[in-house]
Amino acid sequence: MKTGLSLFFIKRAFQDMISNRFLHIVTIVTIALSILIVSAFGLFYTNINEIMMSWKKGVKIMAYLNKDVEKIQLPELKQKILSLYGVSSVLFIPKEEALEKLKQQMKRQVSLFENLKENPLPDVFEVRMIPSTQNWGKVEILAAQIELFPQVAGVEYGQRWLSRVSGIFNLFKFAGTAMCIVFFMASVFIVANTIRLLFFSRREEFEIMRLVGATDGFIKAPFYIEGMIQGAIGGLAGILILFIIYFVITSNVDPGISSGFFTMRFLPVSTSIGILCGSMFSGWLGCYLSLKQFLKY
Amino acid sequence: MTENKAENAIIRMFHVHKRYGKKNALADITLDVEQNELLLVTGPSGAGKSTLLRLLYFGEALTEGQILIDGMNLSRISKNRIPLVRRQFGIIFQDYKLIPTKTVYENIALVLEVKGEKTRFIQKKVGSVLRTVGMEERINAFPPSLSGGEQQRIAVARAVVGDPKIILADEPTGSLDSESADVIMSLLKGVHDRGATVIIATHDKEIIHNTGGRVIYLKDGCLMEPPMPEPQTDKKKTITL
Ligand SMILES: Nc1ncnc2c1ncn2[C@@H]1O[C@H](COP(=O)(O)OP(=O)(O)OP(=O)(O)O)[C@@H](O)[C@H]1O
Ligand SMILES: [Mg+2]
Repeated sequence: MKTGLSLFFIKRAFQDMISNRFLHIVTIVTIALSILIVSAFGLFYTNINEIMMSWKKGVKIMAYLNKDVEKIQLPELKQKILSLYGVSSVLFIPKEEALEKLKQQMKRQVSLFENLKENPLPDVFEVRMIPSTQNWGKVEILAAQIELFPQVAGVEYGQRWLSRVSGIFNLFKFAGTAMCIVFFMASVFIVANTIRLLFFSRREEFEIMRLVGATDGFIKAPFYIEGMIQGAIGGLAGILILFIIYFVITSNVDPGISSGFFTMRFLPVSTSIGILCGSMFSGWLGCYLSLKQFLKY
Repeated sequence: MTENKAENAIIRMFHVHKRYGKKNALADITLDVEQNELLLVTGPSGAGKSTLLRLLYFGEALTEGQILIDGMNLSRISKNRIPLVRRQFGIIFQDYKLIPTKTVYENIALVLEVKGEKTRFIQKKVGSVLRTVGMEERINAFPPSLSGGEQQRIAVARAVVGDPKIILADEPTGSLDSESADVIMSLLKGVHDRGATVIIATHDKEIIHNTGGRVIYLKDGCLMEPPMPEPQTDKKKTITL
């Protein structure tokens, strides 16, 4: 009986939508555009975030040691660094090894090294951090702590520029979230407006329904279903359009470039479903807001 | 005598007033309607007949007084129970109030849909009630394409389809020729015979004379019970006989 009743309402909702298709199409297109923009942001965010994460994993602090540090001191120093908060591993790279690496990296300029009488490079501790404790403030604090050891001549945490990128990224995240809210509100508003128009154009009919004993719920239910259907169709359309755009872009980009750098990914299924639910919720909320003021005794 | 009446009363009105601004549409109406009674409410235009019916089905709230419908006090019930009160009634409105954008079938089925009845039951019921009013061929017509008398019959069909305890009919024969009026009146009498309480507001003298049942007379919102009805009912009875 319950399912029979909800089927009845769904049927009524579809009938209403078909008889007012122009209004509904305009609404759905508007929702679809909002969702397209929101999910495009989501796509961008997902991919940027992934790049950022892979960069962050590579974060390391190089601690250059003074030339006069004795080898016997090394294990103790290593232990001290290891005991600092957030450190996951400490690797000792002797200056000889460092020079070998450098030579390999600069094979063409081998002549540069030929005249070296003495290894100019210092010994190095390569300090890696526990990923979960990584944020830029912590990296800086840790670097400063390491620099305080008398045996340490200086520290370097190569991807210093990353902090600036990270800042921009955070700003972008903030702007994107604000944008999502604006478009969510736009969806809510457009649904509210459509439902209001539909409701107003049929208020005599609803008055009659009430006189023959219809509850407010009976009258409103199809509108809620319509609002949610609008949200669902608009949301699906928006995500689908984004997928088509994504597909066209990724299949036209030279795979050499994309695979070498990073592979672009589409929105995860969970995010897509989340956006769809948000879209349906905007339909429901629009309906709620516009019907709240009607049907008062 | 009044106590006996009260036991059987399905509608009780105590000192009911209805004011529109300063205008007294109904003034101090006290009235009991018994179960399965046929009550005719008459009086000149603007006397308050429609207003009286509207108060009964909670089309509007009363200004002062009490109305009990089958034991429910209308001034006390919560908003969400108003639909339940209205489902006790089958109402024939003075202006029909059919939904022009819905078919005859949909208009009548609505009464059962709001109660959550099953589709198969609704189809059967609507079909049979349309046969009773002789409109089964126009089941898919839209009300604006029907004549006044036909719309009136649909309105009657809608009023009786839910087997309500009480029928309220506001000028059910308002603008009909005497033949259509007879059809409507015999339909209403049929419902009354099957046990419903029927209240008809009308100023059609012929109906008052031919129908039988109790007659109350309204004038300027006041119930003129003592002088008018007693001799009139007697007269009518002799005429109908
Ligand atoms: N909504 C309203 N606002 C203001 N005045 C109203 C309203 N409804 C009814 N009235 C007034 O109340 C009085 C009674 O009206 P009502 O419609 O009950 O009369 P009636 O007896 O049904 O008349 P008729 O025979 O013409 O249908 C009238 O004077 C009318 O003008
Ligand atoms: Mg009237």
